[in-house]
Amino acid sequence: MLQAAAFYILAATAVISAFMVVAARNPVRAVLFLILTFFSAAGLFVMLGAEFLAMLLVIVYVGAVAVLFLFVVMMLDVDFAALKEGFLNYLPLGGVVALALVGILSLTGVTWVVSDTAGAALQSPVPADMANAEALGAILYDRYVFFFQLAGLVLLVAMIGAIVLTLRHREGVRRQNIARQVQRTREDGVEMVDVKSGEGIG
Amino acid sequence: MTATALLANLSLIIPELVLAIGAMGLLLAGVFIKGEEAAARLVSLAAMALLILAAGVAVFLAPQGGGTAFFGAFVLDSFSLYAKAVIYLAAAIALVLAGHYLQTERLARFEYPVLILLATLGMSVMVSAGDLIALYLGLELQSLALYILAAFNRDSLRASEAGLKYFVLGALSSGLLLYGASLVYGFAGSTDFNAIALAAEAPSIGLIFGMVFVVSGLAFKISAAPFHMWTPDVYEGAPTPVTAFFATAPKLAAMVLLIRVLMEPFGAMADQWQQITIVLAVLSMAIGAFGALLQTNIKRLMAYSSIGNVGYALVGLSAGSEAAVWAVLLYMTLYVIGVAGAFGVILSMRRAEGMVERIEDLAGLSRNRPGLALAFTGLLLSIGGMPFLVGFFGKLFVFYAAVQAGLVWLVVIAGVFSAVSIAYYLMVLKRVWFDEPTGGEFINPPASVAVITRVTGIATVGLLLVVPFMLNRVIEAGSAIGG
Repeated sequence: MLQAAAFYILAATAVISAFMVVAARNPVRAVLFLILTFFSAAGLFVMLGAEFLAMLLVIVYVGAVAVLFLFVVMMLDVDFAALKEGFLNYLPLGGVVALALVGILSLTGVTWVVSDTAGAALQSPVPADMANAEALGAILYDRYVFFFQLAGLVLLVAMIGAIVLTLRHREGVRRQNIARQVQRTREDGVEMVDVKSGEGIG
Repeated sequence: MTATALLANLSLIIPELVLAIGAMGLLLAGVFIKGEEAAARLVSLAAMALLILAAGVAVFLAPQGGGTAFFGAFVLDSFSLYAKAVIYLAAAIALVLAGHYLQTERLARFEYPVLILLATLGMSVMVSAGDLIALYLGLELQSLALYILAAFNRDSLRASEAGLKYFVLGALSSGLLLYGASLVYGFAGSTDFNAIALAAEAPSIGLIFGMVFVVSGLAFKISAAPFHMWTPDVYEGAPTPVTAFFATAPKLAAMVLLIRVLMEPFGAMADQWQQITIVLAVLSMAIGAFGALLQTNIKRLMAYSSIGNVGYALVGLSAGSEAAVWAVLLYMTLYVIGVAGAFGVILSMRRAEGMVERIEDLAGLSRNRPGLALAFTGLLLSIGGMPFLVGFFGKLFVFYAAVQAGLVWLVVIAGVFSAVSIAYYLMVLKRVWFDEPTGGEFINPPASVAVITRVTGIATVGLLLVVPFMLNRVIEAGSAIGG
């Protein structure tokens, strides 16, 4: 009973806040609603017994992605009202795409229900004596450790590429040198001048 | 996986470990060595040493009988070991060719050898792939490093364009490949090659679809027509030593990967993929032969030549037999040797005012540099498959495999295109031997490049003596996978 109530509350929040992401006039509010959507989805994951995924969703999507969005929205001077002007013009096309997506999803759902073998795939439960994170780790760092390390190397190459292709050491750029700042003494910084009264130093 | 099981697995991937750890170590070392040029030179030398060490490990320290590691994702057999040894050595040659050019063009940076090492690591994983995920990760590791290398001269508009074009089309091909892989996984129920091979014995229409997409994705990587559009532009735009690298090791690695994919997981579907490889072969040979006739840039010419040569390799592969496997392996090895040398000559085309790369700049080469002209003649004719140079035997065995499988008509077509392609090699050589010199003399090539051109030039004839020995090696390698 309590579970059902929690599910309906979380699901309703997710749907409403997702709608508000699109509908909100103020972009900062839209991002905040997005964060709320993520939180409700995380709650749904917890109810499914996937606490690790819930944690990931909060840490990665809320902690990193949404905050990045917020930065972008707040730092760039984008006129969102102007962006939304053509909304009605694009509605038919958008509607068709949305309908197609709904069609694909329902087709998948129906096939899943009708299929004899799909049920077996559903039932690969987490071992009872193992936490979520442990079960995922046991697969990722054991069965698939080779792929995991390779993926790491691919990311390393991407990083090298970004640096090789974009980093430039420009001449004549003044950079902060903390060691020099700290080493600066009173003698370097202060000059004592004996000024006669009434004459100035010009 | 227990610790002993992990160690047993790691013992099979020692060459890869050498490359991966070496590349990361060199990346660190490069940052700490004072001076950009000194860092580049030292890291480059160390990378060559690592590649030769890895090749040595692959040849001499490989466990007897091979084996599989990481639940079948990594396959070590004589086939992959042979490919690895050739790939490592080809990468080392590419580094030798690059050193002087990068210094004079002010591109000497230590990331270059590190990226070559990582690309080589990707190829090494590709040729050992026993699983669709390993296939994709290896391919992507390789390609990503190659995209960066293509745009390595970031101040040049042409190089940036080449890098971007290569990246976008490469991403497209990866998309095709992944879509195919997802279909294969869906209809075979596994990403493991052995499991796919079982499903391929009675292929469903979905599996055939998936296979077609996977092969299309790989055809991009070997630049077989009609997936060749990127090749001429990228070959022309990228810095010449990078082009030399593109034309050798990655081409061989992608071809070896294609052979494994067609022969192992899709081995039972030969009837289906044979049609694809035949179409790819005929189109590639045609575009390679006729596209090259009108080129004025020597690097573009080499691009079309590589498209054509992939076509001949695919003629052999269409046979789908054990003989096809070793014939293509031998053909690609000889091709890599020839192309490495030819690019050595192209890198020697330097006048006092800088590099030149138009074909007409070669005019009168025979008078200024008879040795270089002779080597170039041998190399080009060997790539073209002129009788009694070593490349001829590569083509001969490829055609032999196809005839054996009853594809006589395909071999006849290949013969015709081969004759056409000899024509454009001869047009280049006419410039070299008979035309009056137009510009100034070429300045002395650096010793490193001169050694490569001489050794490969002599190899076009000298390797004839060791063809029987090479045959033994490739037949042994082919037996691991064919049949």
